[in-house]
Amino acid sequence: MPIITYREALRHAMAEELTRDENVVILGEEVAQFRGAYKVTEGLLEKFGPKRIVDTPISEAGFVGMGVGAAMLGIRPVIELMFWSFYSVAFDQIVNNAANIRYMSGGQINCPIVIRGPANGGTNVGATHSHTPENILAHHPGVKVVVPATPHDAKGLLKSAIRDNDPVFFLENTILYGLEGEVPAEEYLVPLGHADIKREGTDLTIVSYGRPVIQSLAAAQQLQQEHGLSVEIVDLRTIRPLDIDTVLKSVAKTHRVLIVEEQRPFASVGSQLAYMIQNEAFDELDAPIQRLGTIDAPAIYSPPVEIEQLPNSQRILKAALAAASA
Amino acid sequence: MSKKKTDATPEKNTAAKAAPEKTGSASAISATPPESVSATSASAAAPVNAALSADERVELYRRMVRIRRFEERSLRAYQSKKIGGFLHLYIGQEAVAVGCCSLMGKDDHVITAYRDHGHAIAVGMDTKPLMAELYGKVTGCSKGKGGSMHYFDPTRNFWGGHGIVGGQVPLGTGLAYAIKYRGLKGAAMAFMGDGAVNQGAVHEAYNLASLWDLPVIFVIENNGYSMGTSQARSSAGELATRAAGYDMKWEVINGHDLYEVRAKMDALLRRAREESKPAVVEIKTYRYRGHSVADPDKTYRNKAEIEEYQRTKDPITLFRTMLLAEGHLTDELVDKIDAEARSEADFAADFAEASPFPTADDIQRDVYWEADNPAQRVSGGRLFFN
Ligand SMILES: Cc1ncc(C[n+]2csc(CCOP(=O)(O)OP(=O)(O)O)c2C)c(N)n1
Repeated sequence: MPIITYREALRHAMAEELTRDENVVILGEEVAQFRGAYKVTEGLLEKFGPKRIVDTPISEAGFVGMGVGAAMLGIRPVIELMFWSFYSVAFDQIVNNAANIRYMSGGQINCPIVIRGPANGGTNVGATHSHTPENILAHHPGVKVVVPATPHDAKGLLKSAIRDNDPVFFLENTILYGLEGEVPAEEYLVPLGHADIKREGTDLTIVSYGRPVIQSLAAAQQLQQEHGLSVEIVDLRTIRPLDIDTVLKSVAKTHRVLIVEEQRPFASVGSQLAYMIQNEAFDELDAPIQRLGTIDAPAIYSPPVEIEQLPNSQRILKAALAAASA
Repeated sequence: MSKKKTDATPEKNTAAKAAPEKTGSASAISATPPESVSATSASAAAPVNAALSADERVELYRRMVRIRRFEERSLRAYQSKKIGGFLHLYIGQEAVAVGCCSLMGKDDHVITAYRDHGHAIAVGMDTKPLMAELYGKVTGCSKGKGGSMHYFDPTRNFWGGHGIVGGQVPLGTGLAYAIKYRGLKGAAMAFMGDGAVNQGAVHEAYNLASLWDLPVIFVIENNGYSMGTSQARSSAGELATRAAGYDMKWEVINGHDLYEVRAKMDALLRRAREESKPAVVEIKTYRYRGHSVADPDKTYRNKAEIEEYQRTKDPITLFRTMLLAEGHLTDELVDKIDAEARSEADFAADFAEASPFPTADDIQRDVYWEADNPAQRVSGGRLFFN
């Protein structure tokens, strides 16, 4: 299987869908001439032309709202937010319009929009550029929230997202853009709403998504080698709809759970997950559910300290040992 | 109610406002002399400029040079990976911040976007904590928490560098609201780039400011580009004239000429302070570097354009030429100012280098002011749950 980066996987997904369906358009700041702030859309302008790869002004409320309107009329806009952190500027369009339109119209109107771009911290860009909004987005019924961790999933999930008839919020990770992985040469889809077991194990389940999956895999390797601990890693991939069954199956196997997320712990995806696990698999648990997240403060700029604020393999290792011996 | 929307002519002036206090040492610039520079500017005769003492003129020059040398030094630190995140350099735009901020009185306030180093130095901040902030050190002006985009110094009426394009503009309007509410004769300057004018928040701020007669000057620093997008590809119509739709006065200023910036801004600031009236100004300027240091700057403009600008319109070179012609500056002093600015920047870098990083404990400081103590932070998850 060819090995490509997460960034390329996303680009290939868009290129394939642009080719397949002429209603697909890419809109966003610097996506065309500048080739994308993070170069995800590089080369698409040359291939598909300025009618389909469109640079917008810096006006998130305007172009996200415009995307919602166009989607109502059958266009399939893929909108790049230069950073997901800027979702707040377009929040009204996202939650009042995109999320509600199908329900409010009694099912008469679909909104097949994808909003994608990098989220998360770890690049020392401080409090306004390091948001993890997946919990806030997922709170709104009617939307789908996807966070891929590998190139394979990034491509397959984005293709599904573009074909989906509901608004899909697709959160990438700046640090993962350079991550390499195997991606099939032939066309494939990864369906939305299905978690994936990224590593099999018997002693502890780590439930995670996004970049912490990669960090957890590294920690699990070390735990196996140095502590003989067998860790199973469940990658949620889609936050909403949430595939709780795969999580519960894993819990039934290991009886211990550590949730690792790059979210602040208060009212996070992990909070919801912990509730669902204890509610539906209380009898399977041998120990309280543990959580590891971002230390509860806005993103600190200072580079060496931000590493400590976020989950990292060492913090995960420590938390996993504690969870396994609790 | 009908307000005139015209190119404002400077209104009646009295004495010039004193330039802000000097800080630390000085510096100068050593670009090759421009080929065609008018040695005097029409605005030099404006009362606010005519009233400047020789020392004050030199101080304005020094301040621009200090900004440039500081940023060149920070660029080197970034390239040697001492600085993380983004570094948006202000090089080329110095006359805007220095010109505008030199007019500040004690009740005037400033807010800007992420390209904030120039404004910080222009309001009189010490360069040591500024450099330390870039290094992420606890001695930084935001204790290493903000970084390049988030400089603050409320003691100098500087309400920060802000990272969301356009997001600071309503805040600037709020500064003006507070000034008026308190019955003070001050004004706020809200700086933004040419790309920011397309944000809805900016338009909402315009409306509020005009509707309620708030003493705020919206300063558009038009450097021609928002990241890789030129003004022509991002904005419909003229930028300044959008103010007319809100019944606000507007003005276009040549930002290469420090005297012109001061003359026109002085008139508008006086009007804001005296009559509590907002205005929009578009100051034409240019940035020499990429959008940020990480931007290779290759796809959207060519080198010749930058070089042509540097050769003919560099604000520091132009001002130096004028001061030399006026006899307020000598070649010797030029060199001295430049040398001092360089060593000031080196000194700031040494200071930053020698300073400690924040600790993991600092991550949760400054979240809630009333709970900012260790006992609260380890209280098992009430206020700070982890
Ligand atoms: C809401 C929002 N959208 C996008 C960005 C990313 N971004 C940062 S600076 C910038 C360009 C802004 O250009 P301009 O306002 O002209 O200011 P300049 O960089 O020229 O000083 C963009 C798109 C952001 N920080 N905030």
